[in-house]
Amino acid sequence: MGETSKPYGIIAEFETAAAIMHAAEKVRDSGFRKWDVFTPFPVHGMDRAMGLKNSKVGWFSFIGGATGYTSGMLMIWYLNAVDYAIPIGGKPMFSPHGAFPPSYELTILLGAFGAIFGMLFLNRLPKLHHPLLKHERFKLATHDRFFVVIETGDPKFSETETRALLESAGSKHIELVED
Amino acid sequence: MSEVAIPPTLKIQAPPAELEREPLVLNERPPGWISDRITSVVEGKAPRWWWIGLSISVPLMVMLFCVLAYLISTGVGIYGNNQPIMWGWPIVNFVWWIGIGHAGTLISAILFLLRQKWRTAVNRAAEAMTIFAVMCAGIFPLIHIGRAWLGWWLFPIPNANSIWPQFRSPLMWDVFAVSTYFTVSLLFWYVGLVPDLAVMRDRSKTKIRKFLYGLFALGWTGSNRHWSNYEKAYLILAGLSTPLVLSVHSIVSLDFAVSQLPGWHTTIFPPYFVAGAVFSGFGMVLTLLIPLRRLCNLEEVITVRHIELMCKVTLAVGSIVGYAYGMEVFIAWYSGSPYEKFAFWNRAFGPYWWGYWTMIICNVVVPQFFWSKKVRTNMLVVWVLSIFVNIGMWFERFEIVITSLSREFLPSNWGYFIPTIWDILTFLGTFGLFFTLFLLFLRFLPMIAISEVKGVTPQADPHHPLGGAKPGGHH
Repeated sequence: MGETSKPYGIIAEFETAAAIMHAAEKVRDSGFRKWDVFTPFPVHGMDRAMGLKNSKVGWFSFIGGATGYTSGMLMIWYLNAVDYAIPIGGKPMFSPHGAFPPSYELTILLGAFGAIFGMLFLNRLPKLHHPLLKHERFKLATHDRFFVVIETGDPKFSETETRALLESAGSKHIELVED
Repeated sequence: MSEVAIPPTLKIQAPPAELEREPLVLNERPPGWISDRITSVVEGKAPRWWWIGLSISVPLMVMLFCVLAYLISTGVGIYGNNQPIMWGWPIVNFVWWIGIGHAGTLISAILFLLRQKWRTAVNRAAEAMTIFAVMCAGIFPLIHIGRAWLGWWLFPIPNANSIWPQFRSPLMWDVFAVSTYFTVSLLFWYVGLVPDLAVMRDRSKTKIRKFLYGLFALGWTGSNRHWSNYEKAYLILAGLSTPLVLSVHSIVSLDFAVSQLPGWHTTIFPPYFVAGAVFSGFGMVLTLLIPLRRLCNLEEVITVRHIELMCKVTLAVGSIVGYAYGMEVFIAWYSGSPYEKFAFWNRAFGPYWWGYWTMIICNVVVPQFFWSKKVRTNMLVVWVLSIFVNIGMWFERFEIVITSLSREFLPSNWGYFIPTIWDILTFLGTFGLFFTLFLLFLRFLPMIAISEVKGVTPQADPHHPLGGAKPGGHH
């Protein structure tokens, strides 16, 4: 550790949405795995330019919603028909119609939890410490600049060749990021 | 990717200038300018209008807490609620505040699903309005149940009596609807804020700001792998919030419609309440944003086109509300039920006639002015009309709650509601709470979704010349 530690990766800055898109396609086609693009807003079409698959957040939300609906229905049936039956106006002890509105709300509640916490889980957030967050120039990633970062941990990484690739993609500002 | 010259016959001509839509951000402002301008409200010294606003709203909020303390320590008897009008102002105010919230969710969720890009300039402030309005709304059912400290009995929590809530009652559905609505709105708002909190973190000059914004930004970096999951989650949340917002006011309306009372027992209530809620919410959004865009120097982001579009939504939902009023009266006559007929005759010509006609003027007549482009583009006029909308919608709830209860089936059970000073002070106090929270929001969080507005500018489009695309060809 300390002085002998490897840098985290190489960071290349771009100025426009079109330039970052073009660079991402180049890096994707060179076969890198441990790399990412950083933009101040989601750039339309970037998932394809990076070769990303469809996000899996939907599954988390679906499981959340299904849990919400079933637990709502079961809870109301148990509470009002089994554990402490309250007869009202000769109505059935459990009716799916009366139980529907609260169960519906629980579907939405747990579905939303699934979407949000699923997204945070997939993104490995919260993560307050990241080598890039210490990099002074990277602050512009939330302002108006676009960055490509290729990690040194990538098997294809080689400092000279990777730098040359990013240069050929049109970046005028390339630096190493300390870990 | 070889550069092949495109024959001129294949080139698509740009549409004529008069068909171009007005841009969402004026003067082709770049992303950096958007960050600087929106965060300028949060950074630097607080402007004088902010202090003036706060010096009015904080005392009102403190007064609210005092009135609530007096109410809880004394009893609901300090309010005008009494037989036969047991619901009184608290429920009028509850429905009014919760209705206001609906515009925020409509803008953030429904307009998102409809790909209405103009929503980006107004959604953050509208969502904040939703959350604060629902907080104000939530106070009322809680305090008017009488023994507020037993409010937790509304939730299925095991208690010493081993009795559970009764889930066949719409009031119970309401508990679930409103608490889900508040939770999901808050989360939706927060998820939208995360990338902007990262903007604030990266601009922070002081350690404490950097720490706090950094903490709540959760370590957001703007990674595209993150954006990919983030955008999917945002889409799902919008998809879930849409049926949620429609269900919340439908369920609120069922509190009334499921009962047998003439004037309440109506099948039109759920859609009519939802339209009314959206109507009042847009009224409030206009009331808040028209002065703010001027005071915060944001006229290039919240443009006249944005205000015009919101006026059009107000006109559309306002007309639905007007139609619903007409249909209610028609059905009262057509049903042949003497009680129904009397309930509506009594609304218009009974002791509360003044409330009914205020409602008709504010909710049916006033929005019709928005047909005129001259009116829609005159900010002062729109602002004044939006206040009429807010007033009208309060009177609508007043008419529904108070008039219907004051003339029940039995004439021996008739009455007239007079609010006490405590009713009025509680209602005024909720404005203090609302505006205090809203002013704090303006000062500490970006009031416009920075990353979303950047995303709808031409600079964000890799196929647009301003986004860096080479003219006339593949990038």
